[in-house]
Formats: sequence, structure tokens, C-alpha cells
Amino acid sequence: MSTGIALIDYRAGNLTSVKKALATIGADVFVPATPDDLADAQGIIVPGVGHFGATRALAAEWIAAILNRVGEGRPVLGICLGLQWLFEGSDEAPDCPGLGLLSGRCYKLPPSPEASADTRIKIPHVGWNSLAITREASIVDGVESGAQVYFTHSYVAPVTDDTVAVTDHGEPFAAIVQHGQIAGVQFHPEKSGDVGLRVLRNFLDLAG
Amino acid sequence: MLSKRIIACLDVRDGQVVKGVNFEGLRSAGDPAELARRYNLEGIDELVILDITATLEARRALAETIRAVARELFIPLAVGGGIRTEDDAAAAVEAGADKVSLNTAALATPSLITTIAERYGSQAVVVAIDAKTDGDRFAVYSRSGSTAAHRDAVEWAREAESRGAGELLLTSIDRDGTKIGFDCAMTAAVSSAVSIPVIASGGAGGLDHFVDVFTTGRADAALAASIFHYAETSVRSLKEHLKQRGIPVRL
Repeated sequence: MSTGIALIDYRAGNLTSVKKALATIGADVFVPATPDDLADAQGIIVPGVGHFGATRALAAEWIAAILNRVGEGRPVLGICLGLQWLFEGSDEAPDCPGLGLLSGRCYKLPPSPEASADTRIKIPHVGWNSLAITREASIVDGVESGAQVYFTHSYVAPVTDDTVAVTDHGEPFAAIVQHGQIAGVQFHPEKSGDVGLRVLRNFLDLAG
Repeated sequence: MLSKRIIACLDVRDGQVVKGVNFEGLRSAGDPAELARRYNLEGIDELVILDITATLEARRALAETIRAVARELFIPLAVGGGIRTEDDAAAAVEAGADKVSLNTAALATPSLITTIAERYGSQAVVVAIDAKTDGDRFAVYSRSGSTAAHRDAVEWAREAESRGAGELLLTSIDRDGTKIGFDCAMTAAVSSAVSIPVIASGGAGGLDHFVDVFTTGRADAALAASIFHYAETSVRSLKEHLKQRGIPVRL
């Protein structure tokens, strides 16, 4: 059995950067080979890039193991697609359910209709954008409103009571969410300089 | 509001950063990891490592250089030069690249864009387009600017987007290393034709060149090499200048 932070590899995307960032802040990280390996995990990180449907790569026994650990009060952090996966589902893959830990459904950011406007909103949303922190939460401890972080995505989670910070790209969306031990970030903390490392540290604190 | 990105390019040959003019006449500009560290402290938004001789000399992107640069950086890192196959892309990603930049190989085998996008996501695929003004069109060149690809830049940009590219890195061969300013006409033509971000490259010489490319050029990001390498312009002073001109940046 492994202890430490379990980094879920669902074979869509690349774990190298996330592993490196977690190692830098002193996290004890392991990549579980089987769902049983989650038994003693202090916390679970679901990283992710790519398509919502890629979560199908996680078989039912993985989902059950993650939900069991979360049910026991172990913290979970979803990153990018991992944040979206915490919700009930996404328009990106309508027949693929999410973990359903948070209420709401993910949807695609609409591009601006006028292609010639100088203020044109391009989708995907790629680059550094600012966080507007909407309420206090441990995941944003020490993070200032207005801090910039790195995004790369087209789909977003809706702003709900679980939202901690919003970012605006044509319209506001949930940039950071937290509901007790369940947290998520739409941006890439492993690519967001000191602000991103701070958020990862806050998650480690949650995991004790 | 989404910030306009300032990207520093490290053209690497034999483990050293080099820079030429119009893709020729290279001179050394130092150690990649050391330059990367400096740019990061100055607030660079992203780094690109281009193994500039990889295509011509049939070498692969230098995993060691990628590792050395990626080791202590927590900002996006793109790697290009000599990435011809899915395995080459995997090696770059494994070494720490967040994005791979495809150029010659994408022109020769456009399906490679889709293959890599399906494996790592579109956000990991940058298609680099090197082009020259040719009358009222923009002619694409491959093999480090040496071979006419017989493609129009706008049309190739649209195809690259439809095949799964997440960003475009558009370099003006005419302007490369000249410091006379970005090719705003070409950048605007491409940026208006696609919905993915366009990174403008080639010709940065002064602060107002960046203002121009973010306004009339409609660029989402601008890339430069020489002006940062030789400390002619610091990233920070550039960003402060842009902010004063009302352009959103990360400071």
C-alpha cells in the first residue's frame, strides 16, 4: 500500500509537469497502478487535459475507489479537465457521466459572434488570465485576487455556490472551486508560476 | 481579461542558444537553462526551444536541453525542431515539454497534427508556419525556410486548425532577426482566419513593434529572441510599456 498523494493517470495527457511541481513543493506523490493502491492515499489529484470522454479510460472500479476515498473525507483536487470531471457531466461528452461530487454541468465557452471585432474572444481560451476571488476558502489561502494563472481549455464549469474564484473570458466561469475536501482548478497550477505552486501547497495542507 | 503573451524563443544548436538573421549567420547567445532562468525571473509568459538545425541535419530535439530548461520552470514550455513522428513528440513531452511545435513534418504529413492532438490534446500541438510575403499572398516555406512548400499561409493555417492544432506560431522569414518590426499584415491575415491563438514571430526590434503586432497585427502572443538574449530589452520593461498602451499583460 502506498501513502502520500495519489496522482491518477488516465492515459490522456502528460503527468510530467504535475509530478515535477508537486516534487518541488515537497509532496510525496505516487501514481497508483490499481484502484486498491488508493486505499491509503492521503489525497487524490485528478490531472487532465484533452477530452471529457477520455475519462472513460477510467474503469468503473477506479471511479468507485475514488468516490469511496472522497466519501471517507480524503481530499481530492481536480486540475483542468479534472475540475470538470468533479461535476455531473459535460456537453463535451453528453453520455459520459462525471463524478457528480459537485452540482452543475460543464459547457463550451461561446466565441464572440463578430469575427472582425478587436475584442474578439477566441476559443480555446489559451494563456494567462486573472482570478477574481469571490469567497474565502483554504484552497486560495495566500492567493490575491487579480493574480494571473495559465489556462488552456474550451469547456468550463458553471459558477455555483462551490465557486471560489471566477475568471472572465467573454463570460465568467469557475476558475477555482471548493466544497469541503473537494477542490478543483480550471487552470494549470503546474504551469502558473508561484501562484500555481501556492494553490498546490494549499491542497497539500488540506491533505495533512 | 486574457493577457497578451510575451514568449522568449531559444534557438538551440549543439546545446547552445544561437541567433541569426533571415535564418542565417548564427552567433552564440549563451546557455539555454541560464537564459530560461533569467527570463522567468523577468516575467516571461512562456518559452519556446527550437532545435534550429534538427530538420536540416536530421537530428532530433535535444532531450537534455529540454530537461535542463524544464527542471525549474513552472510556465509553459514548447519544443520544436525535428519533430517528425509521434515518438519524437512523445520524447519531447517526456523530457518536460508541454507543447510540441510541428513545421516541416506537418507540411509533409498533415495527419501528424491529428495524431499528436489525439494523444496529448490540441493544447499540446503548435503548428509553426514560416512564410514570406509574395505579392498579396503569403508563401509557406519548410526545412528552416529553405524550401518553398507551395502553400498559402492563410489556407495552411485553416487546415492546421481543422486538423487539431491548438496554436499557430507564425514567423515572417523576411523579418526574422532584422529588428524592423513584425509583419503585421501577415499576422492579421492569419489571426483573422482562425479561432486558435496566433503567436507572431520575426522582426521584433523595439517596444512599439509589440504594440503594433498586438493591435494592427491582432496577435494573441508575440515571440522574440535577439532583443531579449542580448539584454537590449528586458521582459519587464516591455510589459510595462504595453500596459501603458492599454494592452493587457501579466506583470
